[in-house]
Amino acid sequence: MSSAAHSSHKSSPELLLQLAGITKKFGPLIANDAIDLTVHKGEIVALLGENGAGKTTLMNILFGHYVADEGTVTVTNRDGSLELLEPGAPQAALDAGIGMVHQHFTLAENLSGLDNIVLGTEPIFRLRRDRTAARTKLADLMSGSGLNVDLDQPVHKLTVGEKQRVEILKALYRDARLLVLDEPTAVLTPQEADSLFVILRQLAATGLSVIIIAHKLAEVLAVSHRIAVLRGGKKVGEMQTSDADHRSIAELMVGREVPVSRRTERVPGAPVLRLSDVTIDRGDARRSLHGVSLTACEGEILGIAGVSGNGQAALAQLLAGLDKPDSGTVEIFEAIVTKFDAHKFARNGIARIPEDRHHDGMVGSMSVAENIAIEDVRSKDYQKFGFLDFAAIRKRAEQAIKDYDVRCPGPDAPARLLSGGNIQKLILARVLEKSPKLILANQPSRGLDVGAQSEVHRRLLEARQNGAAVILISEDLDELLTISDQIVVIHAGHVSKAIPTDAIDRSELGLMMAGQTKTDTPQAQTSNTIHPGETP
Amino acid sequence: MIRFEPRTNPGPILVYGVPVFAAIFAILLAAIPLALAGAPIMDAYGLMITGAFGSVFSTSEMLTRATPLILTGLAAAIAFRAKLWNIGAEGQLYMGAMAAVVVGTGVIDGPSWVMIPAIMIAGALAGALMLIGPTLLKTRMGVDEVVTTLLLNFIVLLFVQMMLEGALKDPMSMGWPQSEPIIDSAILPPLLERMRVHLGLIIALVAASGLAVFVKRTVWGFEIRAVGENAAAAKFSGISVTKTMILVAALSGGLAGLAGVSEVAGTRGYLATDLSPGYGYAGIVVAMLARLSPVGVIISALFVASVFVGADSMSRAIGVSSYLADLIVAMSLLCVLIGGFLTRFKVRFDRKKTAG
Repeated sequence: MSSAAHSSHKSSPELLLQLAGITKKFGPLIANDAIDLTVHKGEIVALLGENGAGKTTLMNILFGHYVADEGTVTVTNRDGSLELLEPGAPQAALDAGIGMVHQHFTLAENLSGLDNIVLGTEPIFRLRRDRTAARTKLADLMSGSGLNVDLDQPVHKLTVGEKQRVEILKALYRDARLLVLDEPTAVLTPQEADSLFVILRQLAATGLSVIIIAHKLAEVLAVSHRIAVLRGGKKVGEMQTSDADHRSIAELMVGREVPVSRRTERVPGAPVLRLSDVTIDRGDARRSLHGVSLTACEGEILGIAGVSGNGQAALAQLLAGLDKPDSGTVEIFEAIVTKFDAHKFARNGIARIPEDRHHDGMVGSMSVAENIAIEDVRSKDYQKFGFLDFAAIRKRAEQAIKDYDVRCPGPDAPARLLSGGNIQKLILARVLEKSPKLILANQPSRGLDVGAQSEVHRRLLEARQNGAAVILISEDLDELLTISDQIVVIHAGHVSKAIPTDAIDRSELGLMMAGQTKTDTPQAQTSNTIHPGETP
Repeated sequence: MIRFEPRTNPGPILVYGVPVFAAIFAILLAAIPLALAGAPIMDAYGLMITGAFGSVFSTSEMLTRATPLILTGLAAAIAFRAKLWNIGAEGQLYMGAMAAVVVGTGVIDGPSWVMIPAIMIAGALAGALMLIGPTLLKTRMGVDEVVTTLLLNFIVLLFVQMMLEGALKDPMSMGWPQSEPIIDSAILPPLLERMRVHLGLIIALVAASGLAVFVKRTVWGFEIRAVGENAAAAKFSGISVTKTMILVAALSGGLAGLAGVSEVAGTRGYLATDLSPGYGYAGIVVAMLARLSPVGVIISALFVASVFVGADSMSRAIGVSSYLADLIVAMSLLCVLIGGFLTRFKVRFDRKKTAG
């Protein structure tokens, strides 16, 4: 069998990995749809796509964490013969020399770098530790690649970039021939990212193959030889990096279909929320905002577009009343907010839909009725002299279950029994029933099926029609383009000025989300702090 | 291979049956040390039952023993509900007892309906303050309350010892380190003539039912449940986690303090360092056996008290160490913990060999 396969491979450079017709379904969701991908020796392939495009699923299949419904994974053995990789067997992938560096590192913080690298490769029962061989091998690896780290330091003393190097060394120490990096620059400073790219190029020159999962365009263009673009589970394009340009990739990534707009015409009213030059510095890019100014008006949905971890969490915490700005002002209902307090925000008619509905949105062991009333138990309607008015709480829950079609055994059932879509309906019922004037919807339809998704959109549009201002934070461009009136792009804690949705060019939006301005200057990340996003 | 699968919705038989089964199982397990000691097993069980329930006197002794256990059990139950791991009920008990002694040995005097509430309030406040400190350290600075409350137990006991050798020492005690007696008007009166069971039992039962209503039906109870079950969601919905934790600390510490008041003013009449044979720690077992339910605490406190009193009397009758009681209580805790795990997870045995 191997001889036939052997003769069939004649392309140069040598083929290392071939994914053929990979299909994976999760219920009705097709995460991967007949994806083909090849990687050659010494090649860096960038796998590009938005969140939910199917990149992670594909890599999980490669590693044997998932079993594909259809399709095969073939690797070239060290002796040059082609062999099918056993599906669903992580050990087979490791033996074939496939190494993975996860976005969230898998290192034991209190052990040294060396300990982490050799961990699991040494026999468990041994009389003494002889690390001389390991040290020699690692010294060779480091001098050949520029992956320099002090291996005797405990890992918690290393910088993020150094930890990543330890992770890469760990894979190389196990004789990886193919290295898969999941969003490797997400946690790095630009300088660290640059040096990582230099290292990857050097490693590739020595024959290592690399798959780099990414969504930042500039980086992909800087480091890769070839680019494969995934969207909605399908491979929608593949090209040599030398033939690619920003615009064409961005178009491929976000797709060209014009979304069916279900918005009705509505003239926005008075401003409801105004952020002026708000800065929150938490030392971590995900949780920081820098000089953010934006305005949302009555009867308007303001979409916040951006790649995950660019400051959306900070904005959401702020608008939920859970964090306060270091500088700048927040004006809600034409009054400057001085006290950031979740209870006060909720009572003052700000509807808040949390990003993680299971973690922040409900108390699983409490009943559906109690979860619906949770923001209002202190209000006169639901308590008398400190005692809960169960009749009123129950009545509201029954009404909400009917109005919002929450599928559950009843108002007294524990909320943890509900499905994700029904939990979201419960949260909508909790916050929208009070006719809020301002709505913060953070990833309101993420992970929901199509039906529940459109229900969320319908509710938000209905609230908009009734005069609410909606802040919609989303990583789903289709969602943003379907229901937002205006969109601002958030990148590295900075926001762009608001762009009317009808005037938006999708590929341009993709570029802005990837940290590029219209003018295509690669170093322009700081220049897109646009002034107060005044609404026209 | 053994696998554990979480159960999403355990039925009522499982939820209520497991603690009962665990308690019975622990008593049955006691046969092993009894047999090892060469005691007649069936006789021993019979003596344990008569020791706890055989006469009005023995039942009164059992109820006297149950009284502080109900209160410390409630203290642990309410704290654990909010995931505040108060291991310091023992220390809070002693502080409560000391406060009762300070107020109730003659500094003020009055009729019983003034004095009894006065020492109760003093004791509850002292216990509450003992837990509020560690709770503030936890919410402000993330200091682990398990460590602080546990270690405070020893500090308090040494402090009480110091006071009993000094400021609070009874000059009439002939050198014994004990306090002056509680004045008559502050004594919790016995419920039955010539029996030791006292008003403290009624206070404990009222506290248990009050706490049950409080947790289930009040806004504060709602907030405690929400914070305990999912602090992130509670915080998001606008419930102040810090304030709720302090409320819980006041309740828990206060209840443990009341246990001290009940012991010093109901059972003993004066304060000494052997006031509590570990009621604060036993309260944790009581609360766990009760699955943190206030009404359940009454039942499990009665169980633990019967084991203590019954085993005590049995050991005297047939000459087996009375530590057997501690053994049974400890084993029932272990059985409940294992039972609780089995309530939450299904155990599956895979026959399939792992592929070689």
